[in-house]
Amino acid sequence: MSTDNAIETEGLTKHFGDLVALDHVDLAARTGTVLGVLGPNGAGKTTMVRMLATLSQPTAGTARVGGYDIVKDGAQVRTFIGLTGQFAGVDELLTGEENLRFIGRLLGMPTRDAKARARELLAQFNLSDAAEKPAKAYSGGMRRRLDLAASLVGRPRILFLDEPTTGLDPRARGELWGLVRGLVADGTTVLLTTQYLEEADQLAHEIAVIDHGKVIATGTPTQLKAKIGGQSLRIQPEDHGQLDAVRDLVAQRFPDLDPVVEAGAITLGVNDDGIMPALAADLRDRGIALTEFHLGLSSLDEVFLTLTGRRTETDDDADDEGAAENEEPVK
Amino acid sequence: MTAATIEVPVVRRPGPGATVGQVLTMAWRQMVRIKHNPFELVDLSLSPIMFLLLFVYVFGGQMAGSTSDYLQYVLGGLIAQNAIFLTMYTGTGINADLRKGVYDRFRSLPIARSAPLAGKIFADMFKQVWSIVVMLGLGLLMGFELRSVAGALLATLTLVVFALAISWISVLMGVVADSEEKVQIYAFVIIMPLTFTSSAFVDINTMPGFMQAWAKVNPVTHLADTMRGLLSFGPVTEPLMWTFVWAAAIFAVTAPLAMRAYRRKMV
Repeated sequence: MSTDNAIETEGLTKHFGDLVALDHVDLAARTGTVLGVLGPNGAGKTTMVRMLATLSQPTAGTARVGGYDIVKDGAQVRTFIGLTGQFAGVDELLTGEENLRFIGRLLGMPTRDAKARARELLAQFNLSDAAEKPAKAYSGGMRRRLDLAASLVGRPRILFLDEPTTGLDPRARGELWGLVRGLVADGTTVLLTTQYLEEADQLAHEIAVIDHGKVIATGTPTQLKAKIGGQSLRIQPEDHGQLDAVRDLVAQRFPDLDPVVEAGAITLGVNDDGIMPALAADLRDRGIALTEFHLGLSSLDEVFLTLTGRRTETDDDADDEGAAENEEPVK
Repeated sequence: MTAATIEVPVVRRPGPGATVGQVLTMAWRQMVRIKHNPFELVDLSLSPIMFLLLFVYVFGGQMAGSTSDYLQYVLGGLIAQNAIFLTMYTGTGINADLRKGVYDRFRSLPIARSAPLAGKIFADMFKQVWSIVVMLGLGLLMGFELRSVAGALLATLTLVVFALAISWISVLMGVVADSEEKVQIYAFVIIMPLTFTSSAFVDINTMPGFMQAWAKVNPVTHLADTMRGLLSFGPVTEPLMWTFVWAAAIFAVTAPLAMRAYRRKMV
C-alpha cells in the first residue's frame, strides 16, 4: 500500500463539553483519491471536516493535511485546501461572478486574474448564463455549484466537501458528482462526507463509515458492499396478510439472510445475483401477488442496520453536532 | 506512515501589505452589497431624518425658545447619537455572516484571521460618512448655520475615528450573541440610556445632581460637545481631547475581547 497520504489522522478526538463528537479516529486518504466518510447526522462528520480544514482544534490526537500538522501549521494547510461546507458560504447579495472574484482578490490575485479565474470557473460549472445574477436567485443546485466553485478559486490540492449534495434533487446531485470526478481526474484529493451510500459508492475510492464519532467500518466500496450486502431487495405483497408468509419463505430458502418486516414490506440485504430470480420463482409458485419487487443499493439506514444492528434516526434537518444525542435504537 | 508534503506555493503575499489588501477586499464586498441593495442606505437615513425633524419642530420651541436655536444646539448631538446607533449594524452583520457559514469559508482561506472583522468595520465607515452628510444636508435645508467647512470635515473625521473604536463593542456583541435580534436588544438597552443621559439633546446643567455627575463623564457628552463645537458653537479642544481618550480606552478594552471571543468561536 502506498504511504503517499494527503490526509492522515491519528486518534483524532473532539469533545464539546461532555459530548464526545469524535472519538479516536484514524483515517487516511491517498493523494489523488476520494475518501468517502459515510455516516448519519450527528456522527461527527462535520466536526472532523472542520478540524481538518483548521476551523477548529482537536481535543486530542493529531492530523496531517498535505503533510502539515493542522494545529501547528494551520497557516500552511490553508494555502492548499478548499472547503465547501454544509451551509453555503456564498454571499447571496453578490452575483456569482462577484462571489468568485471576491475570493480571488482575497487570495491576492490582481483584479484581472481574479476576473479571468471567475469566468473560467463559471464556465466550468455551467453558471456562465447566471454570472451576473445575485446568488439568492440561484436554484439549490446552482448555489452548491457556485459554493464548490468558490472553494476552487485558489486551485486547492486537497478539497473537503461536507455533504455537498444533501437536499439536492437527483439531477443536480448527478451534475455535482460529475464535477467532483473531473477534479479528481486533475489530481485533487477529496474528502467527502455523505449520508448516502450511493454517493460514496459513486465517488469514493475508500469509504469510512462513522457512527457516534467512531469509525465502525472501512474499505473500498466493493469490500464494504460485500460486507454489508450492498444491495437490498424490497418485497411488498399485495395482501399485507401475506407478509409473514413471504418472510418465512425467505428464511426457509436463504437461512443466512435476515429479512426485516417494516411498513408493509420486507427488506433484505443481498449480495448474490441468484437470490432475486430464485425468490421470484418461489413467490410465483406460491401464488403470492406482489406490488413491489425491487433491488436497489442499500440505504445508509440498511448499512447501519447491518453494521450496528440498529437504525439511524432520519432527521434530515438536524445539525450534525446537535443531533448526536437523539439517536435511538429501534427494534 | 509518512505523509506527502505539499510544497506551499510562494505566490501568496505575506505580511501587513497583504492584510491591508484583504481588509480592503472585505470592505469591497460590503460596498457591492450596498450597490445591489441600495435601499439599505434609505433605511439607515430614515431614522436620523425623522429624529432631526421631530426633535427640532416638536421639542425645539420649548427646549430653546425657538426651533432655530434648538436646531443650532441639537444637530451635533443627533449626529453623535446616530453615529453610535449605526455601529450596531456592524455587530448584526457579523452575527449574520457567522451563522450563515460565510466566515467558515473565510477561515479556510490563507488570509489574516482579523481581515473579515476589520473589513466589515472599515466598510461601515462609509455608512457613517453617508449619515453625517444626510443629517448635515437636511440641517442646512432647515436653516442650520454651519460654523465652517473645515469644522464639518474635522467633525466627520472625528466621528469616523470614534466610530472605528466603539464598533468593537458591537463586534464583541455580534460574535457572542446567538442571533441578530439579541445584538439589537443588547445595543438598544445600552445605547438608548447612554445617549439620552448626555449633553446630546439638553444642557446637562438642567439635570439633577446625580445625573449631572454621570452626564459630565459620559463619552456621548464629549462627542456631542465636539460635534457642536466644530459645527455650530462652543468649545472644541477639551471635548475633542476627551472624545479621543474615550475612544482609545474603549478600543483598548473591547478590541482584544472581541478578537478573543472570535477565536473562541473556533472550538
